[in-house]
Amino acid sequence: MIALSDYLILSSIVFCIGLAGIFINRTNIIMILMCVELILAAVNTNFIAFSFYGSDLSGQIFVFFILTVAAAEVAIGLAILTLMYRNRGSIDIDVTNTLKG
Amino acid sequence: MITSRNTAKAALWLILTFFSAASLWLLLEAEFLAITLILIYVGAVMVLFMFVIKMLDTDQSTLRAQFTRYLPLGIFVSIVVIVQMALVLNAGPFDLEVVGMPEKHGSSYSNITAIAEQLYTIYVYPFELAAILLLIAIIAAITLVHRNQINSKKQIISEQINVQAKDRMKFATINKDKVKESK
Repeated sequence: MIALSDYLILSSIVFCIGLAGIFINRTNIIMILMCVELILAAVNTNFIAFSFYGSDLSGQIFVFFILTVAAAEVAIGLAILTLMYRNRGSIDIDVTNTLKG
Repeated sequence: MITSRNTAKAALWLILTFFSAASLWLLLEAEFLAITLILIYVGAVMVLFMFVIKMLDTDQSTLRAQFTRYLPLGIFVSIVVIVQMALVLNAGPFDLEVVGMPEKHGSSYSNITAIAEQLYTIYVYPFELAAILLLIAIIAAITLVHRNQINSKKQIISEQINVQAKDRMKFATINKDKVKESK
């Protein structure tokens, strides 16, 4: 029997791995995008676990919308990435300091 | 996945993670979302990732140079978050004795039907908003990446307006003798 807390512990660990990945691979935009995907997967697992143990389908429908938004985000993110590589010849985040912020 | 030296290998590890997540969702009776995860994420999004990774020639050496610089910060932040979550979860509000196992559905239960009943009634407006969002994403992605083709035939309005009468007609001088000779 798998308890709800087991799913929550697993997804919190996956969430932390994704968070650490963003910090570790700070200069690589592709890795950052993939770590965001990992974090979203952890959050979705949380939603579905609560939906199952609470016998309420709303959680699954919310996950459906999260998947939609994440797909749109990845498409636009990768388009921007391609554009950036075409203009600068690199996808290193440290190169993108034109605004001097 | 996050410590992988190669970005393409990291993408493969992420695919493995998605497969494991999909199997967990199957355990939680979310069959539709599990299949959606595999079809959309592994089939479309990760293929897009692999495409970009292989298309852009990323210099691995400069990207790896700063790996250790942020390693302590990353580990510190993740440990802080893990400790916080462990403190909450160890208190036991989500244990099996408290929450309890819900009743399993019978073989006649269809997850897709149940989701569709809610999606097309209560959540129909968010559903259509999601469709519009995807349309906007398609247009934005194409507009960003699309490059103007040099030899494509298209209308240049400023040239059409500024055209002069003498540009319309061109007088050609024909040599009569040459025409007769060719006959």
